[in-house]
Amino acid sequence: MTDDPRAFGFDTRAIHAGQRPDPYTGARAVPIFQTTSYVFEDSESAAAYFNLQEYGNTYSRIMNPTVATFEERVASLEGGAGAVAFASGLAAQAAAMFTMLQPGDHIVASGALYGGSVTQLKHLSRKLGLALTFVDPDQIDAWRQALRPETKLLFGETIGNPGGNVLDIRAVADVAHEVGAPLMIDNTFATPFLCRPLEFGADIVVHSATKFIGGHGTSIGGVVVESGTFDWSNGRYPVVADPSPAYHGLAFHDTFGIYGYLMKLRSESLRDLGAAMSPFNAFLFLLGLETLPLRMERHVANALGVARFLQQHPAVERVRYAGLPESPYRPLVEKYLPRGAGAVFAFDLRGGRAAGQRMIESLRLWSHLANVGDAKSLVIHPASTTHRQLSDDELAAAGIAAGMIRLSVGLENLEDLTWDLERGLAAAEAASRSNHVGTEVTAS
Amino acid sequence: MTLQQPLVCAIPDRNALADINRYQDPTVIREVLHTSRTIAIVGLSSNPLRPSHFVGFYMQRHGYRVVPVNPNETEVLGEKAFASLTDIPFPVDVVDVFRASQFVPPIAEEAVKIGAKTLWMQFGVISGEAARIAEQGGLHVVMDRCMKVEHARHMGRMHWLGFNTGVVNATR
Repeated sequence: MTDDPRAFGFDTRAIHAGQRPDPYTGARAVPIFQTTSYVFEDSESAAAYFNLQEYGNTYSRIMNPTVATFEERVASLEGGAGAVAFASGLAAQAAAMFTMLQPGDHIVASGALYGGSVTQLKHLSRKLGLALTFVDPDQIDAWRQALRPETKLLFGETIGNPGGNVLDIRAVADVAHEVGAPLMIDNTFATPFLCRPLEFGADIVVHSATKFIGGHGTSIGGVVVESGTFDWSNGRYPVVADPSPAYHGLAFHDTFGIYGYLMKLRSESLRDLGAAMSPFNAFLFLLGLETLPLRMERHVANALGVARFLQQHPAVERVRYAGLPESPYRPLVEKYLPRGAGAVFAFDLRGGRAAGQRMIESLRLWSHLANVGDAKSLVIHPASTTHRQLSDDELAAAGIAAGMIRLSVGLENLEDLTWDLERGLAAAEAASRSNHVGTEVTAS
Repeated sequence: MTLQQPLVCAIPDRNALADINRYQDPTVIREVLHTSRTIAIVGLSSNPLRPSHFVGFYMQRHGYRVVPVNPNETEVLGEKAFASLTDIPFPVDVVDVFRASQFVPPIAEEAVKIGAKTLWMQFGVISGEAARIAEQGGLHVVMDRCMKVEHARHMGRMHWLGFNTGVVNATR
């Protein structure tokens, strides 16, 4: 038999997990099952699928074989019980919360979350009657002090954006578990290649697959992974544990055990919210995952090279890359990100807002756009784009300065990336000097 | 209301048994699933919302003969129920247990007595003593594993719903 049990390595699973060659055709690549629906064998089987008594395909809003291959592969790489994919990272987060929360519940979230997540949390909490507290993610006591009897979720990010905060996942997980709440981690910037939060006590991992998982800037998608070890029957999560009216009184966690939350996430939240990932996008994300280990190694090496280049440049005031040896996050990087602190980070120009804009306008190779995690190097000015919805106080709380530039370091030749940045920094310095002269003239 | 009922699938204390992995060997699990035909399910309920019913329904659908063992039932899934394993008048391959861990050792003794080939304890059912009794009687032992999930993982369609089967196989 070929049944010798073996724990295959990460790189092998990035290529193989979730897929068995199609038994009907023998196709080696993952087939794109571009279909809305599936013919039932007989009415008995159809009933079994709809009653969740059998694993079966019914409708591609809820499940699709190409998407399922992507889901299992991500679950394998993160070390979870399973995963459910969504049309975007924000849809994945919303569904993960929708599955466990009800009006009156309280969320404690890192104030350094991705700006889109902060906006989402504020809007959804107001509309759905949830209470929300943002905390300084670096202060473990702040997480603990924010807890209330109705706190049902703690939410942080492996590597904050764009401040570069590295979260002490184990410590925050311990705080969450003290009150019987799960810790959800946005692991988009680290990817499971650099950090696997479930191994440090987190209960749920969410990703924007749009970023490094896809890796080529082609598709929007998201995914939720759950550990299967959180006790949803601890009395605090009636929306997960109580009988579901939609399934004749089925109690998901009681019946499906470690798969209960994921079953609920798919067969109720994905069904009702409807933000399904398209099979074609899942195919592109699978292609991305096959090379994730190779790409992340190069992303991290290039990021460190760019950070060192910026660090020694006179036009640069501060480089906020957690991967630099002198970063205040170094002990946390050694614990959680030993293979590298990712490839998205920010730096502050000496010249402030004007210098920042001049620099971005002077770049030739770095693309000015609102995305990260592409093979192509990307640059943006957060205060005027991704984080523009945030107030000045919220910007400061998230550690964002007016002259801050955020980079997503791609896979090009390092010397070409630094060549272009050198040109941009020279332009920024020139802008800064003329600005300074102009100020003197006005003052006199 | 459901929270006050005993939860077969509640998160169990796996630290209670140091060598629990010995009873979760995929090679043994596959062999048991491939070679068994008749499964006596101790604690099988006629309530279609109970985990035992989900497992019985699924195994029956996949061609196994399911034998209910439950003194509170007369018939489940179209099969006559027996009050105990020793009442079953025909051979049984697997004894699958949906009972709280402390009740399993006497069930293991009965499984040995009726000549079953495997004692299978469901997810959250953990008993080192029952495992010893069954092993000394020459039975395979599987513990803290759901038979439906393991069938779906190795022979079924669990991968269609994005679950982590742990299976990596590049053959057709």
